[in-house]
Amino acid sequence: MRYFAVLILALLPVIGQAQVWEDRKVFGAATAPRNLQILSSTDTSFFAPIIESFIAQRADLSVEYLVTGTAELDDVFRQNPDRFDVVISSAMDLQLKLANDGLAQRLDGLSHPEWAQWRSSLFAFTTEPAAIVINNAAFAGLPVPATRQDLIEVLRANADIFEGKVGTYDVRQSGLGYLFATQDARASETFWRLMEVIGSLDAQLYCCSGDMIDDLARGRILVAYNVLGSYARARAETADMLTVILPSDFPTTMMRTALVSKATSEPALAEAFVGHLIDLQSAGAAEDFPLPSLGAFQDTTGRSSISLEPALMTYLDRLKRQTFIREWESAIIQGP
Amino acid sequence: MKYLLVEDNLELAQAICSRMGLDGHTIDHAAKISEAMDFAQAGEYDLILLDIMLPDGDGRSFLKQHRAAKNDTPVIVLTARSQVSDRISMLDLGADDYVTKPFDHAELQARCRAVLRRKTGSAQTMMRVGNVEFDPVGGHLTVSGNVINLRNRELRLLELLMNAKGQVFSKQKLVDRLFSYDDDVSDNAIEVYIGRLRKHLEGSSVQIKTLRGLGYRLDHD
Amino acid sequence: MTEDVLVSGSLRNRLAMILTGGAAVLAIVIFVVVRGYAAQIAQEGQDNILSASVSSILDAAVLRDGMVELDFPYASLSMLSTAADDRVFYAIYEDGVLLSGYAGLDMPQPGQTDEKTFASLQYDGATVRVATGTRILIGADVPRQVSVSVAQTQDALSETLNRISRNVAVFGAGFFALSTALSFWATSTTIGQLSRLTNSVTRRGPQDLSPFRKPVPSEMVPLVGSLNSLMSRLDQSLKQSEDFIAEAAHRMRTPLATVRSNAEATFQRVENPENRNSLRSMMRAIDECSRAAGQLLDHAMVTFRAENLDRETVDLEEMLRELVLRMTPVAELRDVALHLEGGVPALLTGDPVLLQNAFRNLIDNALKYAPPDTTIVIRVHNDPTLAVDVLDRGPGFPPDEIDLLAGRFVRGSDTKGRIGSGLGLTIAQDVVLAHGGALVLSNRSEGGACATLQF
Ligand SMILES: Nc1ncnc2c1ncn2[C@@H]1O[C@H](COP(=O)(O)OP(=O)(O)OP(=O)(O)O)[C@@H](O)[C@H]1O
Ligand SMILES: [Mg+2]
Repeated sequence: MRYFAVLILALLPVIGQAQVWEDRKVFGAATAPRNLQILSSTDTSFFAPIIESFIAQRADLSVEYLVTGTAELDDVFRQNPDRFDVVISSAMDLQLKLANDGLAQRLDGLSHPEWAQWRSSLFAFTTEPAAIVINNAAFAGLPVPATRQDLIEVLRANADIFEGKVGTYDVRQSGLGYLFATQDARASETFWRLMEVIGSLDAQLYCCSGDMIDDLARGRILVAYNVLGSYARARAETADMLTVILPSDFPTTMMRTALVSKATSEPALAEAFVGHLIDLQSAGAAEDFPLPSLGAFQDTTGRSSISLEPALMTYLDRLKRQTFIREWESAIIQGP
Repeated sequence: MKYLLVEDNLELAQAICSRMGLDGHTIDHAAKISEAMDFAQAGEYDLILLDIMLPDGDGRSFLKQHRAAKNDTPVIVLTARSQVSDRISMLDLGADDYVTKPFDHAELQARCRAVLRRKTGSAQTMMRVGNVEFDPVGGHLTVSGNVINLRNRELRLLELLMNAKGQVFSKQKLVDRLFSYDDDVSDNAIEVYIGRLRKHLEGSSVQIKTLRGLGYRLDHD
Repeated sequence: MTEDVLVSGSLRNRLAMILTGGAAVLAIVIFVVVRGYAAQIAQEGQDNILSASVSSILDAAVLRDGMVELDFPYASLSMLSTAADDRVFYAIYEDGVLLSGYAGLDMPQPGQTDEKTFASLQYDGATVRVATGTRILIGADVPRQVSVSVAQTQDALSETLNRISRNVAVFGAGFFALSTALSFWATSTTIGQLSRLTNSVTRRGPQDLSPFRKPVPSEMVPLVGSLNSLMSRLDQSLKQSEDFIAEAAHRMRTPLATVRSNAEATFQRVENPENRNSLRSMMRAIDECSRAAGQLLDHAMVTFRAENLDRETVDLEEMLRELVLRMTPVAELRDVALHLEGGVPALLTGDPVLLQNAFRNLIDNALKYAPPDTTIVIRVHNDPTLAVDVLDRGPGFPPDEIDLLAGRFVRGSDTKGRIGSGLGLTIAQDVVLAHGGALVLSNRSEGGACATLQF
């Protein structure tokens, strides 16, 4: 899987327009006169009810929902900003940079809390904490870690059990993974120690939360670090098998954000969609809005989540990224 | 009657004196306030004629001193000013009347008579001839106990004739005395007044004689 | 009288204009200066933060293995967060080559020192403020020059500026309103002093020429001073001219009186009709002359006093009784009787000197034009309004001239050589007009003239 993704990335410039999507779904009649292109990093299953309720009132509208990873999404969008109307991603830093670079449309008609938006052009509509997800069976008899430090100790003490069975984001591929990692690193030194430990256990690296949870469910890995808890919880069938732990030392909470392309051909419609999105999250009915709302892991000031500010661009700096990746690699990829 | 004239202009004073004399009045003349005060204190005057502008002061100051000396001889002011306000102030200071220069002699006489009538009554100016009593100030004639009120011209005519008993007055002279120079008077106007007086004097010891071609004369028996 | 004064603007308006205009200019100046100052401070604030950001990035620059590494802290950009979510751009150059960040932001000038430079420029369609700093890294081989530019849009700045402008505008408007109110207050108190002076001038009686003694503000001292000196000069010249008139009248009238008395005495004595006639015309000329002089002076006095009546309460009947008393000797000379009919309340507010003069002229006319052995009736009545009739039994007014007789120097055609100047009725009319009344001339049905003063 991992190598597949790397291959795709490598081939991207060659393939050009022949974009390969993780998923692609058209809602509404394909012949509908108006069309909205949504470029997203969120699995279709979460967005289907949102899009369906949106087009329910608009018969003449079809929505094409295109899913790809956060890092690739950023790339794709920067290359063709006029092809997409709405961009949704969990990589707040990349999203913010898009807005900062003037690729996002200002939506002055929407009202949204100050902390959950930036420049009226980037709108957060979920709060999703990074979680430790464990396989219950593997931890039978072991202390369930509540903090990163706990996790370090458990892993160290039971290297035999966890060797090759710990998964985390490959920060080089995943924009969200990179965001989580940099924010963790910013918050505490524990992160680097944890990475050393995970690295020493021959970590499994993933592009996406979905894959990580798949492997957890299948028992290929026993612990996943910095995976999206929301994804894990959404799997009803694995409910008894997995435990989602939100580290109590410090939370790293991401907000999924949406923006409207400045080059959109349907500005009103795109704005209406974003409005619809934030209305749904505040209404908070689980069947209409399967994602955790803004208030779910949050006090109302937005303090506990990563804030939407230009500083998010810090780790996107080429030199910073280089340094960070180098350190991360040296921690996680420890040759035998 | 006895007058005191206080006037610094000698010619005017002489003119006034000679005109008064024509009517048979006695008149003393003072040219200064100081002189006038001496005269007023020494002699008994029936009336004082006072000029306002005098060399040694204002006639007003004489009036003040005069009144302060409890002298109640009436004063008629001869003023060169005709302005109403000025006249009033002089009356306020105790003048009894005023005459504006230049003045008609008859008017001066009339004012004198009026002042005297008001101030002193008539007792001391009474004239008696036979059974006739004549009061030139009060203007009445008593013939054997009957009191007759005389009209102004009758009075003046009678006074004139009584003051110069036995003297003949031509018609012309009488007209001149009784009428103003610009009254136009017919020749028999005098005859009318003479006729009236004769009627009043009927049954008395006084008669007015007509001397044909000469005039009239008052006689008594 | 005020309507004769040429008006050139209003002192109050001018003062208020200057003060409010000044306040307006001041308010605008305050607005411009404070806003400019605020803009400068706000800009300095932004520059300081940009400069701090640049410094923190530069501080992180190190040479590792001959390569420039720039592990700048989160705070470098975090400090640039603003309420308006301003966009942030930065660029890192090594010896003029873009290492990372946004291209085309600001090429650092060679030879720059530690000093930060600031510039405002257009970037990606927005006005940005750029701070640039440079640092020399001494490596093993050659020194490297690292330059960092950090730029930020100015939305928050302009929001702040707008807010300040609004506040300053409100303050300026408040200042203006307050100053305007103050200036109106100041104006009216200042003008109040003038009106007070005006009042005390107006309230004075016509004869009051004494100086002002009440304290006045120092600025008005010259005005009041010259007013006082004008008044004293006026008073003096009035006294002088009164004295002069008195003196002149005395000098003229005394010789006239001499001549008149001499002429009269002579007239009594001479028989020759020729001589008598010339004496007659001599006396006539003297009377004519003195009458004219008297009437002219009286008329002048009436005109003067009518402007400024010396009002007091006058009992007309009382006044007329006194007047009749004074005129009786003259009436008696002509065997004419004066009869006063009154008995009604006859109080009037007016100038007694003028009223007496008016009545005197009417009675004088009656005496002059009525024949002997008649009665002149002076009747005071107040139905419907207070009025005084002077009735005689003479020939009456010439009917075809009756409307003209009150004119100046107008005499009837039938005056039959009676002495007069034609001013008597004019004086009476002027007086009664000044008292808000009217002179009415009519002829009685039973014969004779009726002159009425209606109040
Ligand atoms: N009582 C009257 N009877 C008849 N005519 C009169 C009477 N009063 C005034 N007049 C006429 O009106 C004219 C104007 O009168 P007025 O008093 O103004 O002047 P005057 O008497 O001629 O002069 P003076 O100014 O000396 O009084 C007189 O000339 C006379 O013709
Ligand atoms: Mg007249």
